Amino acid sequence: MTLLRIEDLSIRFPTRTGDIEAVRDISFSVGRERLAIVGESGSGKSQTGRAILGLTPAFAQVTAKRLEFDGIDLLKATPRLRRDLRGKRIAMILQDPKYSLNPVMRIGRQIVEALRAHENVGTREARERTLDMLAAVQIRDPARVFDLYPHEVSGGMGQRAMIAMMLIAGPELLIADEPTSALDVTVQLDILAILDRLVAERGMGLIFISHDLRLVSSFCDRVIVMYAGRVVEEIAASELSRAKHPYTQGLLNCMPSIDADRHPLPTLERRPEWLL
Amino acid sequence: MTAALDITGLVVSYDGFRALDGVSLTVQPGESFGLVGESGSGKSTVLRAIAGLAPVESGSIAVEGIPIGKRRDKAFYRRVQMVFQDPYGSLHPRQTVDRLLAEPLAIHGFSDAESRILRALDEVGLGSGFRFRYSHQLSGGQRQRVAIARALILEPSILLLDEPTSALDASVQAEVLNLLEKIRRDRKLTYLMVSHDLAVIAHMCGRLMVMRGGQAVESLAAKDLASRRAGDPYTQRLLVASEGFVRNAETAASEA
Ligand SMILES: Nc1ncnc2c1ncn2[C@@H]1O[C@H](COP(=O)(O)OP(=O)(O)OP(=O)(O)O)[C@@H](O)[C@H]1O
Ligand SMILES: Nc1ncnc2c1ncn2[C@@H]1O[C@H](COP(=O)(O)OP(=O)(O)OP(=O)(O)O)[C@@H](O)[C@H]1O
Ligand SMILES: [Mg+2]
Ligand SMILES: [Mg+2]
Repeated sequence: MTLLRIEDLSIRFPTRTGDIEAVRDISFSVGRERLAIVGESGSGKSQTGRAILGLTPAFAQVTAKRLEFDGIDLLKATPRLRRDLRGKRIAMILQDPKYSLNPVMRIGRQIVEALRAHENVGTREARERTLDMLAAVQIRDPARVFDLYPHEVSGGMGQRAMIAMMLIAGPELLIADEPTSALDVTVQLDILAILDRLVAERGMGLIFISHDLRLVSSFCDRVIVMYAGRVVEEIAASELSRAKHPYTQGLLNCMPSIDADRHPLPTLERRPEWLL
Repeated sequence: MTAALDITGLVVSYDGFRALDGVSLTVQPGESFGLVGESGSGKSTVLRAIAGLAPVESGSIAVEGIPIGKRRDKAFYRRVQMVFQDPYGSLHPRQTVDRLLAEPLAIHGFSDAESRILRALDEVGLGSGFRFRYSHQLSGGQRQRVAIARALILEPSILLLDEPTSALDASVQAEVLNLLEKIRRDRKLTYLMVSHDLAVIAHMCGRLMVMRGGQAVESLAAKDLASRRAGDPYTQRLLVASEGFVRNAETAASEA
């Protein structure tokens, strides 16, 4: 079943020196699956996620032939409806967790508030479920971290606090923007296992924005590749090594590996025609 | 030979919580040394302690043979620069890239700011078109590259790098890693580098230390990673996890 349908989405930032076309006519849909978005730094991945959520800065222009979540036309939805969707049915783990958490509120309280915003639970239960959620994302000492402020936790702990906050609301569609980029590899796999179960057992739709091709090819179902605001390739994750677009091929080839000793690493020759 | 960095028995505590519990390490001049380990194990705290940004309770830090006290003077930051883990927090959002790069040059009295800024932007693969953008107008990876340019622009001799490429796609990562290697060779720089990506560490570093719970688990040579000759079970788990995701059989079945 399709949860999200996007046709010809464009996002433009007017600036003093001319418009920046961050996203140009992209189309894709998401069902109850794990869809990866990979691509060049600055290619529009995060802005695409933000537009789905309705978090694009007000001065920017978002246009689309269709931007639909579960049959709801998001472009016509009132700000109130969008806010409701955002709290309850669609969630996004932002790329910049520490910046996105409230700096003057303790971690635990932020998660408790996220829970209580969509479910009527008592103080004691909310605290317990928050501690459980922190433990589920492999925080070593949930009770200590519950009482810390965002600047008092490590990069990966902040990222996991953000993940806990988004998961506790039980969203139907989760947009995870580089959700594990600050985590050590064992914790990374534990988090992916949680997301995996939510997709398999609860039928959540997952948009997984990542530049980690090894993870994407082993974890996701489908992959969308973005370059300069456009989707240049769509491919089954298991087929990633047989990608056709030279950008995708180049990406796969320039990763360092534990076993190969290649100095310098191969780099991409970016061709002007990729920008078209 | 005098070590570039010599740390002995470093202890850092926050309200009684020991973020670092007796960490020692030595990095030789021109060496690139890696730190890996569990999230929250104290990797960033090691770097921050060197930069004078963490409450050191005991232990000693010497930079190029000189013991460092609580205070860091201007000359220290000329020699030691840090690229922070979080490019969002470390760059002021309401400043242009130009200001961000000009500021350290002004503080340290460089005269050829113009040409240095242009060269620094070029080195990290951001054209001059980015020069007058505000940092909040940049993507995650673009910000990270500005942060790297800002650290390099002062030509320090020791660079502390905290997850310098974790926000970058593979193609930009390759460019930044090549750049860091080339600069280290050309300018004989010393790196202390944190990454959770073992492949990045194996590629960039000669030796590394694995951390967990504020302590060193073990130190090993990067080539031990390639031959999977890790002594500690935790390091072995990291190596296995680096291979990628393996779907749990039950989860896979529930979906079928
Ligand atoms: N407020 C803004 N004003 C102008 N341009 C912006 C603004 N925010 C983002 N952009 C531009 O939009 C483009 C897309 O940004 P986006 O954050 O979506 O990239 P990304 O694909 O997520 O990159 P990364 O992998 O580096 O995070 C970038 O070129 C960025 O510079
Ligand atoms: N200001 C602070 N107050 C309280 N605790 C702190 C503070 N700063 C750091 N800590 C604690 O110190 C520990 C080590 O943090 P550090 O940032 O060094 O971890 P890390 O190894 O870099 O982790 P990551 O890989 O997630 O970035 C964490 O448990 C963190 O909560
Ligand atoms: Mg992004
Ligand atoms: Mg850290």
